[in-house]
Amino acid sequence: MTHGFPRPKQPWQLGRRRFVQGLAAGGVLAATPSWVQSAVKGSTALGSAPVLSGREIDLVIAETPVNFTGVTRMATTINGSIPAPTLRLREGDEVTIRVTNRLPVATSIHWHGILLPYEMDGVPGISFNGIAPGETFVYRFTLRQSGTYWYHSHSGFQEMTGMYGALIIEPRAGERHRADQDYVVQLSDWTDEDPMRAFSKLKVQSDVYNFNQPTFFDFTADVSKLGLQAALEKRQMWNQMRMNPTDLADLSAATLTFLMNGTTPAGNWSGLFQRGDRVRLRFINATSNSFYDVRVPGLQLTVIQADGQDVEPVTVDEFRFGPGETYDVMVEPRDDAYTIFAQSIDRSGYARGTLTVRQGLTAPVPEPDPVEWLTMADMMGAMSHSTGHEGMNQGSMNMGTMDHSQMHGGMAMDHSMHGTQNGADHQLAKPSSTIRHARTEYGASVDMRVDTPRTNLDDPGIGLRNLSQRGLRPQGHRVLTLADLKSIDGVLDDRRPPARELELHLTGNMERYSWSFDGLEFGKSTPVSLRHNERVRIILQNDTMMTHPMHLHGMWSELETDQGELRVRRHTIPVQPAQRISYLTTPHDLGRWAWHCHLLFHMDAGMFREVVVS
Amino acid sequence: MKLNTMKYLTTLVFTVGALQVNTVLAQMDHGEMQTQGGSAPANARDPHAYSDGYTLTEGPYAQPGPRQLKLADEHAFWSVLSDRLEYQEDSDSTVYDIQAWYGTTYDRFVIKAEGDIADGTLEESSTDLLWGHALNAYFDTQLGVRLDQYNEGEDRQWLAFGVQGLAPYWFELDVTAYVGDDGRTALSAEAEYELLLTQRLILQPRAELNLYGKDDLDNRLGSGLSDLALGLRLRYEFSRQFSPYIGVEWTDTYGDTADYRRAAGQDTSGTQFVAGLRFWF
Repeated sequence: MTHGFPRPKQPWQLGRRRFVQGLAAGGVLAATPSWVQSAVKGSTALGSAPVLSGREIDLVIAETPVNFTGVTRMATTINGSIPAPTLRLREGDEVTIRVTNRLPVATSIHWHGILLPYEMDGVPGISFNGIAPGETFVYRFTLRQSGTYWYHSHSGFQEMTGMYGALIIEPRAGERHRADQDYVVQLSDWTDEDPMRAFSKLKVQSDVYNFNQPTFFDFTADVSKLGLQAALEKRQMWNQMRMNPTDLADLSAATLTFLMNGTTPAGNWSGLFQRGDRVRLRFINATSNSFYDVRVPGLQLTVIQADGQDVEPVTVDEFRFGPGETYDVMVEPRDDAYTIFAQSIDRSGYARGTLTVRQGLTAPVPEPDPVEWLTMADMMGAMSHSTGHEGMNQGSMNMGTMDHSQMHGGMAMDHSMHGTQNGADHQLAKPSSTIRHARTEYGASVDMRVDTPRTNLDDPGIGLRNLSQRGLRPQGHRVLTLADLKSIDGVLDDRRPPARELELHLTGNMERYSWSFDGLEFGKSTPVSLRHNERVRIILQNDTMMTHPMHLHGMWSELETDQGELRVRRHTIPVQPAQRISYLTTPHDLGRWAWHCHLLFHMDAGMFREVVVS
Repeated sequence: MKLNTMKYLTTLVFTVGALQVNTVLAQMDHGEMQTQGGSAPANARDPHAYSDGYTLTEGPYAQPGPRQLKLADEHAFWSVLSDRLEYQEDSDSTVYDIQAWYGTTYDRFVIKAEGDIADGTLEESSTDLLWGHALNAYFDTQLGVRLDQYNEGEDRQWLAFGVQGLAPYWFELDVTAYVGDDGRTALSAEAEYELLLTQRLILQPRAELNLYGKDDLDNRLGSGLSDLALGLRLRYEFSRQFSPYIGVEWTDTYGDTADYRRAAGQDTSGTQFVAGLRFWF
């Protein structure tokens, strides 16, 4: 089976398939104004962003017409391309990036995951005033790190309408892993709707884009398969609590077209290799609101970097990542063509491209998996932490039938640890397991709280559990989890134990479509104050049923286990439903920083805090 | 007889629903379910404990001047939902039932308009103008006025106080109490449920009842339970925002209201087909 250009369809066939597949030649419309051409120095092939390098870079932001679905829309672009130019910079260099705003509204660029002075971080209202129409802002900073990163607008929903690009910093000492081919695989999503209109629809009806909801006939099918009692029990808690077990993503292919390097699935972005090549793929999730599950059927993926930081190589068959996260993987293709397949977490669609020895070859494209209902573990967490560990190894997680009365009985909390007070080091050797909800979690902004969170890191997440047993993947198929990631020696350089511990909860109300920390949306919140160069632990507990990729600007998030063992350095950490995780950070740079969920709509709804380092 | 079956089915759905809601509320009261609602314990964490007294506009490195960064939690949104805009076969009339709101997540101005048009004349209408405030995660309290207009009869004005929201097991409830002049009181309650047959084909049972504190001879309404309407509507969502429907509605009147109707030679109950359009934007 191959996917080339879609065949002409009857009008009644057009709708959904074209939404998922998009236009083969979709993208930025050809006629580019002259000022863009002068700014674009690299060559522009379909779906390949131009590359800019050096110490001085000029970026121009403007409206550009695009067509991904058959409808022409206005995008906000950087140098006229989607994705924006790939910036290839060098560790140790001081770079000067001049950003000119030709939009009628203010704009900004944030360098995602980059350590820099806070005035250069690019968050309007926190780091600076934003870039006014007609103005040029000069970003200047020295690159103190290397790896794969990205950059994007931090103003309104501009990121969602095209303002994102890859940022690659070459290490001074040379790459640790030799690669014959080196490709950026930037995944994004596009909607023809005005993003604010999409957001306001969610305010009215939060399941407006979910076309995988439980139906009456699902129920009757369950009755005949499981019996009436079991079918009722399966639904009992969900219906009682007014929670939807298919609430996996807020936006779906009903409005989104999924893109790989700015190319629709029908357009089929292709990366070339020669047999025997070692190919490095720099995966960047630059979507507004989509988690992707990525695999290359026929190839194993050796993950060598997470969020730009080297990790001990780990070989897997599939990984999930959310907006803001990056993974660098090495593959060694032997056949002529392989499909890079990235299905959205709600299984409503996919982005897709091809690795091939020759332009034009394709490989079979898998179907999206069936939708799996969230389990009770995603809603309520674990019965106790110990069962969490045993029960949630890949493949063996089955808490869907757990009796909730037992759960409350098993709510074993460790009262020997006391949270936030400054205490002796030994008290903070491990993250506190005492669940402390904020008093603002008991109001209208929060639709549920988790009293028995799970703390294990080895859960691949809903839709990726038991894949082999469910017959969806070959035997032995391995999905990356946070537990598989370990920074290589030397990356985690601050070995001090934390001097104090902060606990915050990720909260929301799906029905009202509101998202927050501790039940307080941004406008009602106060900053989190950190002391310069202190070692501090942050505990995040997710009291919602969605995974939130939490991005802390200006400093690293160094993930630890629930036993206090430091594991991996990230800039964006996905926190799964009903999960409680912790990480350590050392704020080396003074200033005010943003801290938020990188699902753009969750951020804009209020899951956003300011951090002051002073 | 088919209509009777539907009537009983609808009644059953609502009775079972109400019983379940009752059970859940009881459970919550007994603290068996603390994952939703409830009130904060005395030792609950202070959400501002990590701020060192700083705010979004004050403290080190704050941007000068008024706060620039405002997210959607401080924006106002609006919506108009036409839940029922339908032709009723038996009475040869057009009924509208529209709700609109403007405001934030927790505070909004709400208009609820219902009316009945026959022969090009607005026969009667009832319009609530309300201020809604979030009571808990799923319910809003609403305070305001209701204006009733009758083509034949006396217009009435009421003060209104109600709650509207989503009850456990996905029942949409709207209950409002009214106080009018001359010591008049009224209570109106509405419940809806959405049964997804498929992702787009949706069966919506609906019940509405009205009670009055005393007889209103001018408008031929009796005290006590005055009328009950049970409907079953089947809609197809061409998009989530646009769905035509067909349905059946059974209405009954009670007590003096029924007597007034009998005296006027009108039916006290009836069943009729409806066809209409549900849409929102």
